[in-house]
Amino acid sequence: MQTYKANIKILPLKELLDPQGKAVANNIGSLGITGVQDVRIGKFIELYLTAESKAAAESEVEKACKELLANQIMENYEYEIEEFQAD
Amino acid sequence: MHIFVNKKELDRQIFYKRKLGTHKPINKSRYLPYICNSLKNGNMKIGVVVFPGSNCDDDMMHVMGDVLGYETVKIWHKQDDLAGLGKNDCIILPGGFSYGDYLRSGAIARFSPVMKEVVKHANEGGYVYGICNGFQILCEAGLLPGVLLRNKNQLFVSKNVHLKVCNNVNPWTKGLNRALPLQMPVAHADGRYHIGADGLEKLIENEQILLRYCDENGALTEESNFNGSVDAIAGICNEKRNVFGMMPHPERAAESLLGNEDGKTLLSAFFNHMIAV
Repeated sequence: MQTYKANIKILPLKELLDPQGKAVANNIGSLGITGVQDVRIGKFIELYLTAESKAAAESEVEKACKELLANQIMENYEYEIEEFQAD
Repeated sequence: MHIFVNKKELDRQIFYKRKLGTHKPINKSRYLPYICNSLKNGNMKIGVVVFPGSNCDDDMMHVMGDVLGYETVKIWHKQDDLAGLGKNDCIILPGGFSYGDYLRSGAIARFSPVMKEVVKHANEGGYVYGICNGFQILCEAGLLPGVLLRNKNQLFVSKNVHLKVCNNVNPWTKGLNRALPLQMPVAHADGRYHIGADGLEKLIENEQILLRYCDENGALTEESNFNGSVDAIAGICNEKRNVFGMMPHPERAAESLLGNEDGKTLLSAFFNHMIAV
């Protein structure tokens, strides 16, 4: 069994108003940063799991995203899976 | 209509209510089921589910039990049964912050053992009613369509709002006057109802939208839709009409002592329906 680490990115759907992102975009100018066009704020999740193979880990992570971590009515998700060695 | 009640008068009334024993003190074994006194002996029983973080469960027990006279029982979320409640009884998911609203509001509560029974109850045609966090849980559990997002102003909003009854031929808002807006408090940060265009069309077609945010005259304005919900939706039911979810809190507006009984009007509509059946 191998331990894998999944890096999961969850973002609100493009067509949805993201008030958090909007608040940041509206105020970031006060730092003197002027070129910001849009800000969208989501979640980043690190998930560690053991599985027989990378493919098996992938199907577990897919299930976790689909059924719990993201709500597809409001969010998109994407992930990368890498082998993980504990120190 | 606001009825002004001063603090002294409020304390006096509560004191006498306690003395007379009609006020139900909070049970010490808070999470064990207890039964409220049945005043009117309606046939239907009410089960109020308590999740870790629920905070409107006692209010709900009080209003359904002491004010409306249902036989009312608390159901701890770890229970894998509905405390003896049957097909003709109603399960209420009260407001609060189940599981700290972690991940998304209501997202984790659906894994509680009792939810399996609640879903089964709903699928068999039993009544399920979710308020505020309960509405969010029903959406996350797939018993109601759509989802509740962060309010458009990004803030927790706690105030009185007006609600337009959009449909009065269902068990929940049966016979309510559609021209008279109801006033009720809201208290939420994640109340912006969202559903895709197809889903919204279906809701409208099936007349599943029971309540919309409106102004005091019953007009749907951009301002009255304070949280930015799609189509100003405040409450919907499922296609079979046995599951109902709404963001505002009728249980906080159900006694003249609190200066507003519109919540009682709404809850009584369901009560009257059940008596008629």
